[in-house]
Amino acid sequence: MIASVGDGPVVRIEGLHKTFGPLEVLKGIDLEVEPGEVVVIFGRSGSGKSTLLRCVNWLEEPSAGVVEVDGIRLGPGHRTRSKREQIRRVRMRCGMVFQEFNLFPHLTAAENVMEGPLTVRGLDRTTARQQAMEQLRRVGLADKADEHPIRLSGGQKQRVAIARALAMEPTIMLFDEPTSALDPELIGEVLAVMKALATETRMTMMVVTHEMGFAREVAHRMLFLHEGEVVEEGPPSRILSEPQDARTRTFLAAVL
Amino acid sequence: MDVEKQVGAGPTRPPGFRDTTRGAWRRVELASLRVPFRVKLALVWLGVLTVLGIMFALVQFDLTWMGEHARFIFLGVPYTLLLSVAAIVLAVILAILGSLARLSRNPVAFGVSGFYVSFFRGTPLIVQMFLIYAGLAQIGSNLRNMGYAWGELLILEPLVAGILALGLNYGAYMTEIFRAGIQSVAHGQAEAAQALGMTYGQMMRRVILPQAVRVIIPPTGNEFIAMLKDSALVSFLGTVVSQMELFRRAQLLGTRDFRPFEALILAAAMYWALTTIFTYFQQRLERRMSKGYVRAGSFQLGGGAGGHAG
Repeated sequence: MIASVGDGPVVRIEGLHKTFGPLEVLKGIDLEVEPGEVVVIFGRSGSGKSTLLRCVNWLEEPSAGVVEVDGIRLGPGHRTRSKREQIRRVRMRCGMVFQEFNLFPHLTAAENVMEGPLTVRGLDRTTARQQAMEQLRRVGLADKADEHPIRLSGGQKQRVAIARALAMEPTIMLFDEPTSALDPELIGEVLAVMKALATETRMTMMVVTHEMGFAREVAHRMLFLHEGEVVEEGPPSRILSEPQDARTRTFLAAVL
Repeated sequence: MDVEKQVGAGPTRPPGFRDTTRGAWRRVELASLRVPFRVKLALVWLGVLTVLGIMFALVQFDLTWMGEHARFIFLGVPYTLLLSVAAIVLAVILAILGSLARLSRNPVAFGVSGFYVSFFRGTPLIVQMFLIYAGLAQIGSNLRNMGYAWGELLILEPLVAGILALGLNYGAYMTEIFRAGIQSVAHGQAEAAQALGMTYGQMMRRVILPQAVRVIIPPTGNEFIAMLKDSALVSFLGTVVSQMELFRRAQLLGTRDFRPFEALILAAAMYWALTTIFTYFQQRLERRMSKGYVRAGSFQLGGGAGGHAG
């Protein structure tokens, strides 16, 4: 099902290391994400899962290794003018959704969604507004278009944030614990949007989350990260019901 | 006012209360409690004005002279405003550049702005004024003598030198205000902007600075009001007759007619009026912005900035 879409992986990570001072957060990660694939990354806090995701769009600079997104291959080293430009191209192709939403508080919901297309892609206001309304409809928030973020609930904020990322027409979506900051009763609406994105739009997605129900239903592959290494990976049916590694079993026992 | 009634009326005293003050003083105290605070305040102001009036009488205050010459001193107001407005514009530009440089990892930008802030905050404004007025003129004339005609450009008019000195000095202080304002914008905002693929400039213009402005505007208003008063220092450069600001006019006229007190009181009153007017507008601006926070979405009260962690 996955292999039939497109040609070659969207993301290819080779020997990725990341250190913060003396602390080695990622100890050599190799990973390929195929078009249309949904990869769920999970693990204990501090296992490096967020760092891995943030290395894909260069919010973190890898210490060693190669990160290739949509054919743009980059390694660590000085950010020259041309490298900065390539990083920007990578970012334009990665939609990112943060745990804390990070909506722009001085803009309305629609303006938040328009900001990328207007400023980065250079669309005119009318087109950008039209597209923004489309994206807001997609996440079920067309009626909140002219509200500022302060007037929105956590779940609504996160859905606007998803619309904002989608408005850039990315080839891959990166979700960094998108429901961890939400009240329990608001998690469902965000997961529903993400699920529709995966099953209906066939969006390529890397999702860091502890929502095992979502993983079971939507993910094609799950990665268990432990102290900077991929300890176990496979389809959710296997990972969730018969994990091979003792550390995966311990973690799942605590979460499920 | 409730407190007054309680103390004044006997029955509300606690049972163990023992009256230790007696006689006339106590009656004064009780009477005083019945006078509203506003009335007392008015009496204090009246007292201050009376003392001032007595002083005025002692120096044989010449009201007629004041009436005749107020207009001449008042003609300095446009120049005081010109100086202050031009200097605050320069200061704001320098503060934007300076604060971005203070936050940059470029060693040249960081180093130069560090020197700038340190020097202009570390030396007296009046010294800076003379350095720019007299010091630059000296460099300019030396250059001219060496055959460089453009050295002429460094010989500045007092008004221009004053604007430069005020702008540079206040720009140094405001660099720190702007830097703090920019840093007050949550880090997640920069990440969200970068994740969309914005360049540094786009991120600053579209995301960071619009949010920082709300923090920056109130203290910038204070700086402008302070600058209105510091603009008087320009008169020490010997402002040319056609461009004299408030203080210079008062000082010259007062000395000429031997009415320094009257002249300076006029100048003081005019500065006072100016600062009062601008304080009023500044307060209105601040109120309007704080309303905007609640209605239009505030990052303090929990916008996307990251206040809603768990």
